[in-house]
Amino acid sequence: MDATLTGNQAASAMAVARKPTGRLSDPIFVGVLWASGIFVLILLGLIIAMLFEGGLPALREFGIQFLWSTTWNPVTEKFGAGVMVFGTIFSAVIAVIIALPLSFGIAFFLTEIAPGPLRRPIGVAIQLLAAIPSIIYGMWGFFVIVPLMAAYVQPPLIDLLGPLPVIGALFQGPPLGAGMLTAGLIMAIMILPFITAMFVEVLESVPPMIKESAYGVGATTYEVYRNVSVPYGRTAMVGAVMLGLGRALGETMAVTFVIGNATRMSASLFAPGSTIASTIANEFPEAGPGSLKLQSLLELGFILFVISFIVLALSRLLVRSKLKG
Amino acid sequence: MKLTRILGAAALTLGLSSAAFAADITGAGATFPAPVYQAWAVAYKDKSGTGLNYQSIGSGAGQTQIFNRTVDFGASDAPVAGDKLAAQKLLQFPAVIGSVVAIVNLDGIAANQLNLTGPVLADIYLGKITKWNDPKIAALNKGSQLPDLAIVPVYRSDGSGTTFVFASYLSAVSPEWKSNVGAATSVQWPAGAGGKGNEGVAGTVKNTKGAIGYVEYIYASSNSLITTQLQNKAGKFVAPTVPSFQAAAANADWAGAKDFAASMIDTPGETTWPITSATFILLPKEPKSGPQAAEVIKFFDWAFKDGGSIAEKLHYIPLPADVANRVRDAWKTEVKFDGKPVWTN
Repeated sequence: MDATLTGNQAASAMAVARKPTGRLSDPIFVGVLWASGIFVLILLGLIIAMLFEGGLPALREFGIQFLWSTTWNPVTEKFGAGVMVFGTIFSAVIAVIIALPLSFGIAFFLTEIAPGPLRRPIGVAIQLLAAIPSIIYGMWGFFVIVPLMAAYVQPPLIDLLGPLPVIGALFQGPPLGAGMLTAGLIMAIMILPFITAMFVEVLESVPPMIKESAYGVGATTYEVYRNVSVPYGRTAMVGAVMLGLGRALGETMAVTFVIGNATRMSASLFAPGSTIASTIANEFPEAGPGSLKLQSLLELGFILFVISFIVLALSRLLVRSKLKG
Repeated sequence: MKLTRILGAAALTLGLSSAAFAADITGAGATFPAPVYQAWAVAYKDKSGTGLNYQSIGSGAGQTQIFNRTVDFGASDAPVAGDKLAAQKLLQFPAVIGSVVAIVNLDGIAANQLNLTGPVLADIYLGKITKWNDPKIAALNKGSQLPDLAIVPVYRSDGSGTTFVFASYLSAVSPEWKSNVGAATSVQWPAGAGGKGNEGVAGTVKNTKGAIGYVEYIYASSNSLITTQLQNKAGKFVAPTVPSFQAAAANADWAGAKDFAASMIDTPGETTWPITSATFILLPKEPKSGPQAAEVIKFFDWAFKDGGSIAEKLHYIPLPADVANRVRDAWKTEVKFDGKPVWTN
């Protein structure tokens, strides 16, 4: 505050008298900038250190097996992250699989097909989707989507696909409504605006000359899309998808409402499961001080941190390698 | 300049408000009794001028807060182990009693029409009884036509005292539950799906035909959910009603219980509801401030004396009078500041 004031005063003084009075204010200003930059690094470092240190006793107790053990038994105090890691990745991948084609469709429609008057309302609607708080999605999912899934989507799919060999395993179990697929569906809607916004940006950056040339040689809308727009922006699109995935990995409240919260491993899309974030949200308030459960939850948090970090690093790596090529 | 003035005003307001609340007591913990603590707080403030600031942040978090002495008292649904109480120099006493009831979603089944026994309930939650027309359920419900429908057990996904009480009951009535699952604020459920909070369980049951769940009685009664009858230790089928909870409280072994952790799970008596439990308060035995601890005790003394009707209005069961007197004795002998009791009635 002081530094800014001094900076302002210095600026006005300079403007009036044109005297170099910034001798003191400038180092202060630069110092503040340095502090702001370093602050982020320290903050991030402290968070990682806290999660790691808090979860270390759990890792020591259960060994490296903690990462894939599928036991989560608060009674016997045997904990493992396997079910939650699986659920986190499984539900996030479902979300991306659902959101990706939709985002492509919306983005291309907005940039190429949509008539002018329709462009703005659709664009604003998508931005508004991003502004809806997570808990609202959770309530909507719980009271609207879950009953719909249980009544109209799951029973026919279970009857139709459940008995098939191999892929049948994805469609078995009672039609609970809540489960992996429902969680993925809700998250898909939540990450849709982010992926779409980036896609629109990418598609808009395709030089009109290239597209018009393609149209000029007789290419159809689909061919232009397939052979011009998408290849042009592929790298940034991969980045957008990865960012969406990263968001889905950490989504908490909406998922907790609709995933069914079972600490059992199941391959079925309809089976209830849990993610790292939902487990932490569920168990944290009742985890006793200094208990193994609390330490295991902190360790779970650390694992989520690492997974998110890997996804982010991967997306950057992909984008960079494409840029080089 | 302007900013300084605003900041000054803000500081002044803060100073004033903290002065006004100086005598207030603070508590944190269990969510289950939070409505009655808050209702008591309002009535007590009118009478005595002392306010209560209670944060319902969960039993585990409440324990952390009182272990660190950041609040005047902690609240926990599940009793805290004796050695932990001793190590932390805490006095544990019950504040109010509540019950857990089973709720179902079945076409044509009205409230308290379905009869269940503890072992059958345990088998349902173990995933061993999977259909509503199972002979074991049919044998208990000769008059009702039960459908060939999958049973979906629904449980609390968040750690909660309700789960502790319910799982304690299943452990008491089913050896297989006791050895395979056990009881804690959250357990490894062998079957079914979880909902967050009472509302999550009730909502999932409502959404799913053939679902069965468990919620606190207060929640079931204020939302008119379809509850079931349960067989008690005496072999009688009882409906979840306030008199049946009171019978459970009266029949519990308070004299023999250490740290007041008397079990009201599956207690004897013809009219006893089998899944009943107290919720507890944790009070430092050597408080940082004597007068402040005395204020906490005065509050609960008043609640035991005059808060019963408020509790009953909210469907909680007040402590039986003899239990309240036992708690008063413990306050007198165990809570001391500078070697002197902080409260002497």
